[in-house]
Amino acid sequence: MAAQIFSAIFVIIVGVGGCVAYFWGANRLVDLIFPSRGVAGAAAIDNLRRQGLVRPWLFVGPAMIILTIYLIYPVVETLRLSFLDRSGINFVGLANYQWAFGDREFRNSILNNIVWLAVVPAACTFLGLIIAVLTDKIWWGTIAKSLIFLPLAISFVGASVIWKFIYEYRGEGQTQIGILNAIIQHFGGQPQVWISLPFWNNFFLMVILIWIQTGFAMVILSSALRGIPEETLEAAVIDGANPFQIFWKIMVPQIWGTIAVVWTTITILVLKVFDIVLTMTNGQWNSQVLANLMFDWMFRGGGDFGRGATIAIIIMIAVIPIMVWNIRQANKETGGH
Amino acid sequence: MAVATGNSFASRFGVHIAVLVFVAIWTIPTLGILVSSLRDKNQIIASGWWNSFASSTQTEAGRLPAASAQIEKDGKFVLEGNIFGDGAARDISAYGVKSAAPTQYPAGTTADLGDGVTLQLNGDGSFVMTSPKAFEGDRGQRIYYASSAPPKFTTDNYRTVLFSEGIGRSFMNSLTVTIPATVIPILIAAFAAYALAWMRFPGRALLIAVIIGLLVVPLQMSLIPLLKLYNGVGAFFGMPSKTYLGIWLAHTGFGLPFAIYLLRSYIAGLPREIMESARIDGASDFEIFVKIVLPLSFPVLASFAIFQFLWVWNDLLVAMVFLGTEADQIVLTAKLNALLGSRGGDWEILTTSAFVTIIVPLIVFFSLQRYFVRGLLAGSVKGG
Repeated sequence: MAAQIFSAIFVIIVGVGGCVAYFWGANRLVDLIFPSRGVAGAAAIDNLRRQGLVRPWLFVGPAMIILTIYLIYPVVETLRLSFLDRSGINFVGLANYQWAFGDREFRNSILNNIVWLAVVPAACTFLGLIIAVLTDKIWWGTIAKSLIFLPLAISFVGASVIWKFIYEYRGEGQTQIGILNAIIQHFGGQPQVWISLPFWNNFFLMVILIWIQTGFAMVILSSALRGIPEETLEAAVIDGANPFQIFWKIMVPQIWGTIAVVWTTITILVLKVFDIVLTMTNGQWNSQVLANLMFDWMFRGGGDFGRGATIAIIIMIAVIPIMVWNIRQANKETGGH
Repeated sequence: MAVATGNSFASRFGVHIAVLVFVAIWTIPTLGILVSSLRDKNQIIASGWWNSFASSTQTEAGRLPAASAQIEKDGKFVLEGNIFGDGAARDISAYGVKSAAPTQYPAGTTADLGDGVTLQLNGDGSFVMTSPKAFEGDRGQRIYYASSAPPKFTTDNYRTVLFSEGIGRSFMNSLTVTIPATVIPILIAAFAAYALAWMRFPGRALLIAVIIGLLVVPLQMSLIPLLKLYNGVGAFFGMPSKTYLGIWLAHTGFGLPFAIYLLRSYIAGLPREIMESARIDGASDFEIFVKIVLPLSFPVLASFAIFQFLWVWNDLLVAMVFLGTEADQIVLTAKLNALLGSRGGDWEILTTSAFVTIIVPLIVFFSLQRYFVRGLLAGSVKGG
């Protein structure tokens, strides 16, 4: 273990030192090859121009290399693999895609993903907005927000253990140690094995993600609400609008853009949701989702890279509209800067 | 007017109640595992954690002494003693001799076990068993009893998971993964962000668009090709393919788009005058970056560092693909996932382990919340 700690420290030093050495060294090298000081005027200007051509690439170079290896190349490679068989050697055309849409488990995953997509972003945004509005009105709102925000720091696995404990089931009549069943039993209901209830178990898994992400929506929306000019709200009050009208007709339309951003951010997260399903049910009882199914096929029976890649591509296709929208949005904002 | 004030008082009261309910729903789950992790492991399964301050009742089993301990008294054979021995006494409310009916007889009453054999178990654990014939055999009578124990809190669970369940080791592994994976991307991203914000070169706009596109590329797209690549590289050099170096670089790669995006939007917002006056004074881009941009960007660097730290610490997927499952490599999240499988019902292990895995993020989060929120706002309001 000591060796491990040393190697970690060593890597930090080498990694950071290496980065510094690279940037500093490359910079020096450019100065040496194209000197701008101590040479005749015309040559100095020429060299400065050349420096200006080279230097940006030295700055973005390392990032570009890493991005290419870790993201750009894999995207292309995954697309290619999705047309190959499990070994990744033989071309099989669209067979993997045909398999996918004929496969019961895959169709179940798509269906569940659609339910997740319909419920989680909406629930997080809605709850986040309500809490943001309510906490704005009370003196201990900051503390309340902090506490609701807190689950965002908790890992999905940790959150799964937390909620598994809440859903814990004991036979009827026994002492329930899961709080949900204890409440149900207290009011005379029948305790349930929540995570294996057909169809509804999906919602019990979604609750975990909603619990984690509502704080995110709340913080972003709360700051957007602060940006609404006081005068608008005052004018509405003077005109006799009630709180609900103010909320729906004044506040919500003004922060529509932010709501869209929160919604899309959580949508992307939902498409990638994996840990919660893996730890809670591992896809049993019809609770499978695409990301977990993909992980499953990566290793199932020694791994079927063709099918795994196909599922990844299908997740990617769902993300593309948001990606395009983001790029357009960013271009508009920077105006080509 | 009076109606209006009354109404607004009621509505303000309603707001307090509503927020209180939300706060309760959002904190009770975490509170549950924190309280449970500090409870005695027998009590965790005997009563709900919300009852942990009340005495808990549980059914236990014991065995009376063997026949060799009997004494003869008034023509009868007698076994006497206390089932708790010298241990902590508990209050016994009922007892029995069959596992199907563990609370058949109230404590203090005499039970007739047939053939003239009688047994009496008192509330304090003392018992008397008598028989007209001598007891035989070297195994004593099996006995069941319902006892109530006072609330017991302990740090034993933490000792167990840290030192014998391997959570302590995994904690070190998580640190080993997280710290380099947080530090390495910062410098690389900062240089790239500066170039993308303040240097003019062909293809810059395209690069920015690519990075914004990469922001949302699902991790799943990268896993299979990188797994193949790592296996290939490992085989080529005759090294294991699952190494810390591999996961550091992977996290660096996955974190870079967000890092560059976040840092670029901040650095692009720095005042132009500072850069230009430095340039007129003869400073090169490198000097401007190191002496002006880096110090001014501290808040956004801190924001990114917190993000990356939390993301890497909490990650399960990347760790499961790029690291092994042996004790020297398994990180906390993966270990917790493994425990969920192997120690499914042992809530003292699970709740304690879960709390150990979330304590570091919670500390980081609470102490640096300001930077975290700032990063969140900068990172998402504008685009991704």
